[in-house]
Amino acid sequence: MGLSNTAGPPPGDLANGALDGEGSVPPENRTIPAGLASNNTEQDLIAGQNESGEAVKDAPASDLGEAAASSVSLPDPADTSDAAVLARAQAGDHHAFAQLYSVHKRRVYSLCLRMLGNVAEAEDLTQESFLQLHRKIATFRGDSAFSTWLHRLTINVVLMHLRRKGLNLISLDEALDPSPDHGPARSFGAPDLRLTGSIDRMTLEKAVESLPAGYRLIFVLHDIEGYEHNEIAALLDCSIGNSKSQLHKARMKLREALRAPADEEVAK
Amino acid sequence: MTEPEDFVQDNIDADCAEFQASMPERIGAGEDLQTDPHMLTCERCRSLIRDLEYIADAVRQLMPIEEEPREELWANIQLAIERGEA
Repeated sequence: MGLSNTAGPPPGDLANGALDGEGSVPPENRTIPAGLASNNTEQDLIAGQNESGEAVKDAPASDLGEAAASSVSLPDPADTSDAAVLARAQAGDHHAFAQLYSVHKRRVYSLCLRMLGNVAEAEDLTQESFLQLHRKIATFRGDSAFSTWLHRLTINVVLMHLRRKGLNLISLDEALDPSPDHGPARSFGAPDLRLTGSIDRMTLEKAVESLPAGYRLIFVLHDIEGYEHNEIAALLDCSIGNSKSQLHKARMKLREALRAPADEEVAK
Repeated sequence: MTEPEDFVQDNIDADCAEFQASMPERIGAGEDLQTDPHMLTCERCRSLIRDLEYIADAVRQLMPIEEEPREELWANIQLAIERGEA
């Protein structure tokens, strides 16, 4: 058991089923089989996109990308394979784009919801992410898994939104911690009460939602989405040490939030 | 000779402060803090690490579940595309 790698599969593996969008859609409702892509690493993704999630690297097409590139000119409407659906969507087929939405909507929406902690904003940015996808889908070249590419595009949409709202992602310590003086206390003084009982999902979701925006952002990216500190540092344009420090503060804050109900229980 | 209680408490707090200040970097580097000598003597820091690991486990188990957006969202997206907003 450890704290350094608390997440599931890293983003580079997100396309492999469980967290790929397909994984959460009941099999009977799936319109596209699982596994839109390969095991490309997040580094591939970072190198392959600009901030908007647009492919900028002229790397050789791989797996899906190759299939997509070769079939963009003549997408067969009867072919329901992932590559064919993507190729048709890239060629402007609205029905194919709807299929992509159906497969990936839960993943995109959940990511927005966790990063923002607000349903209305999450819906707005899910919409914005798919509109950006519609604008840019033709530029997807298969340098990375499609789901990974969409995941990064979504994160960039959210980050741009947060920047527009005035959250300075560069100066994390000052800007992301809205009240440094009232940040999570260190655990001195009287011995701490241990977290008691079990944490249910609703309680945990609420506690994560209650985190200040900056803490939540780092926590979601690292502990839920599986990004490494170097990747977060690159995304947010901060130091790796800063990312580690903010994550620790986020976890301490989360502990405080989760201890409150437990402490109330003890007081009763 | 026994040390005054306050002095002992101050030393414990100083040890805890040093240990806890080192946590972000050491955890971030993947170090197992359970083996740190301070953990053998300090219930407070043991409890802290235990809580953080417990939370990390809960996050691993509970958080990956995905939520469904409202049905209307697709209609909104379609409308925006038709309007040329995409």
